[in-house]
Amino acid sequence: MSVKVWIAGGGVISGIGMNLEENLQAFKDMRTGMTKMQYLQSVHQDAFPVAEVKADNDTLADMARMPETTSRTALLSLIAAREAWKSTGLGDISRYRVGFVSANTVGGMDKTEDFFKAFLPNPGGGRLQQVVHHECGAVTELVADALGVRHHISTISTACSSGANALMYGARLIRNNIVDIVIAGGTDSLTRFTLNGFNTLMILDQQPCRPFDETRTGLNLGEGAGYVVLVSDNLLAHIQPWARLSGFANANDAYHQTASSPDGTGNYLAMKGALDMAGLTPEDIGYINLHGTGTQNNDVSEGIAINRLFAPHFPAMSSTKSFTGHTLGASGGIEAVYAALALKEGIIYPNARFRRQMKELPFAPATAFSTGNDLKHVMSNSFGFGGNCSSLVFSKE
Amino acid sequence: MNIYINGTGCISPQETAQIGPLFSTLKEYDQVRLQAVDPDYKQWIDLKQIRRMSRVVKMGVGAANLSMEEAGIKMPDAIITGTAYGCLDDTGVFLNKMVSQEEQMLTPTAFIQSTHNTVGGQIALLLGCNAYNNTFVHRGFSFENSLLDATMILREGEAKTVLAGGLDEITHYSYQVLSRFGLYKKAPVKTMELLKSPDRGTIAGEGAAFFVLSPEKGTHTVAELAGVCTIYKPLWEGEVIGEIVKFLEAQDLTLEDIDLLVTGRNGDIAQDEIYEEVAAALFPDHPEACFKHLCGEYPTAMAFGAWMANRIIAEQDVPEAAMFYGQAPARIKNVLIYNHHQGTHHALILLKAC
Amino acid sequence: MEKLMEDLKSQIIEQLNLQEVKPEDIGNDEPLFKTGLGLDSIDALELIVLLQQHYNIRIANPEQGPEIFHSIRTMAAFITAQQKQQA
Repeated sequence: MSVKVWIAGGGVISGIGMNLEENLQAFKDMRTGMTKMQYLQSVHQDAFPVAEVKADNDTLADMARMPETTSRTALLSLIAAREAWKSTGLGDISRYRVGFVSANTVGGMDKTEDFFKAFLPNPGGGRLQQVVHHECGAVTELVADALGVRHHISTISTACSSGANALMYGARLIRNNIVDIVIAGGTDSLTRFTLNGFNTLMILDQQPCRPFDETRTGLNLGEGAGYVVLVSDNLLAHIQPWARLSGFANANDAYHQTASSPDGTGNYLAMKGALDMAGLTPEDIGYINLHGTGTQNNDVSEGIAINRLFAPHFPAMSSTKSFTGHTLGASGGIEAVYAALALKEGIIYPNARFRRQMKELPFAPATAFSTGNDLKHVMSNSFGFGGNCSSLVFSKE
Repeated sequence: MNIYINGTGCISPQETAQIGPLFSTLKEYDQVRLQAVDPDYKQWIDLKQIRRMSRVVKMGVGAANLSMEEAGIKMPDAIITGTAYGCLDDTGVFLNKMVSQEEQMLTPTAFIQSTHNTVGGQIALLLGCNAYNNTFVHRGFSFENSLLDATMILREGEAKTVLAGGLDEITHYSYQVLSRFGLYKKAPVKTMELLKSPDRGTIAGEGAAFFVLSPEKGTHTVAELAGVCTIYKPLWEGEVIGEIVKFLEAQDLTLEDIDLLVTGRNGDIAQDEIYEEVAAALFPDHPEACFKHLCGEYPTAMAFGAWMANRIIAEQDVPEAAMFYGQAPARIKNVLIYNHHQGTHHALILLKAC
Repeated sequence: MEKLMEDLKSQIIEQLNLQEVKPEDIGNDEPLFKTGLGLDSIDALELIVLLQQHYNIRIANPEQGPEIFHSIRTMAAFITAQQKQQA
């Protein structure tokens, strides 16, 4: 059971870059991804800034080498998953027992919502091709088939914590000797369905979001995909690991369907559980990649839970959602890649647009990009609707 | 570590929420779309909460409660659900309003309830359960993945009971769309004649089945979940046959040790062919039971199959309604369930009487 | 005002799918949230849309919710005041 699980590489596509290197450069340049909506068609185009991947579907299809009619969710997924695999230098994927565990919340909804326009007035209307990949799992399979993964394929959907849960399940598959390698993470494209859904909750900021800031008024939606490649200890000789997935935990807040409890019970349990599995104490953590959506409710619950667990030794922390927006099912995957890279290169990511510390909290997020920090352990938080709370701990060795 | 099934609960087009011998009040249908028989959900959910719940959420909460009642537990150490389609009804409601109202004056309830983890989240909320909570949404593997996750978590040792299940609903929209894909029969067919029907297509179904799993036997335990295995897009039937042999070897069993084969035949001649081939190659003389004529076809129908197999072990008898080939053996110890969904997702579950 | 309060009761019951609640079960001054009807934050968002749909009143800031939606009477008073302003 104690088989070590290493991070052998990662890939990201997001509103701040088409690959991990571009993402990193955006952090260095303090260049955030929120702009006026350019690719998603919505009546709310002028109301809400979003962090779109800066390419239309035809361009993404070219990059992914897939048909233009493919769901954007799958295109983003394949681009990031290929980058992740390539970064490991492991070569021909068919030589290994590999799993693909991908999270998403929308599946092929970007196509389904177009289909519905023709289908609603006439049950025989709309092109079936637009709904053939509606299911979350269908998106995963398009990508698994293109990558050549056959040993284990799974899809997880637990709202905003989905991507982190994909890493957990992936690590368990390796520890249980079901596979030796798992490409794990998540993907989500922007859709009118999610945009309008979040709008009904009145938690979308009409300005670029300000996570962990006293003046925050909501989140910006983003899109993208991020995957790490988890590798069993028995293949350690074949890789140059970025980090080790040393701890993880998933807990449920069991408080409300969409809101976090005021004392952040689920958040606390997830962070505490991940530390316990890693055999660490709070002082060991050098950086936390916050869930930090920018809503009133999330940031105060997460902050209070951090205060309870970490006081008086607060590590550096930041919400990279201030750059990428909230990418929902992808966020746990994208932020896991950022966290693993943080250990590899000693990076602390900045929290954009931070001005005023929250009155409830005795700490503030990092505001500048820095590299070469002596980080031994970092934490990544992903909390979501349905009370789902997940934390991951990555260690240098 | 042995993993025992300490309680089960099922809500389906059959009267499975009732106490009594398996299929003693058989529901026979003459239609292409079967709907779950609703028990009185108010026994588990108060009115304040029930008003927002769609059928799939109620089915899930109901089946989960039934399984915990049987296992005699109030609080599981993990809740894991598998659902291919998620909360389709609320997805449809929100989509419909979004399109027809042109993104204006939308309300949050349907959106909130449309997320795939709604059922898992609602079970946790109703129980006040802060434990591990996960939702698998991988088509015909959703339920199998949830069982595998449960197994791995129990092996780690900290969790003592895991609530795991599979569920899906069929809605007006999904039935219309899936019909256009040619999944279903063109004309109504009697459920008890479905498996002998000579043409393409099956019947649509839905349901929820939950299982309380534990390394420690409970008072009502009759079977052990000995193994789960998924086979993704096998290249040919030989691959499935090979995997079944390997799967049994891993359990130290031979083909002869299998007392009953339970298969996912659904009455579509093209989809049922592989069951014929597997039976001919490995189990030519084995008795075979089926379940999809009773619950309909849906991606997590395997959960109904596993629930039925567990009940068969409990009763040491196969109800006539479920028997497809041969006669119920005198002693039913090892039951192998083989199911595939759409020819792409094949799965095996082995239950052992204990 | 009385007529408006009666209308509101049936509209709330319909919008929030309050099964087995009848308009006469809701007191004009009874708190709608927590105690009383026991509504929650999701219902508050539903009520915001209700005001928009039936009375063409927009509430941009959900923080105003608790005050406006305290009871049927406070809702009716708010609607009346808004309608006077608009007129």
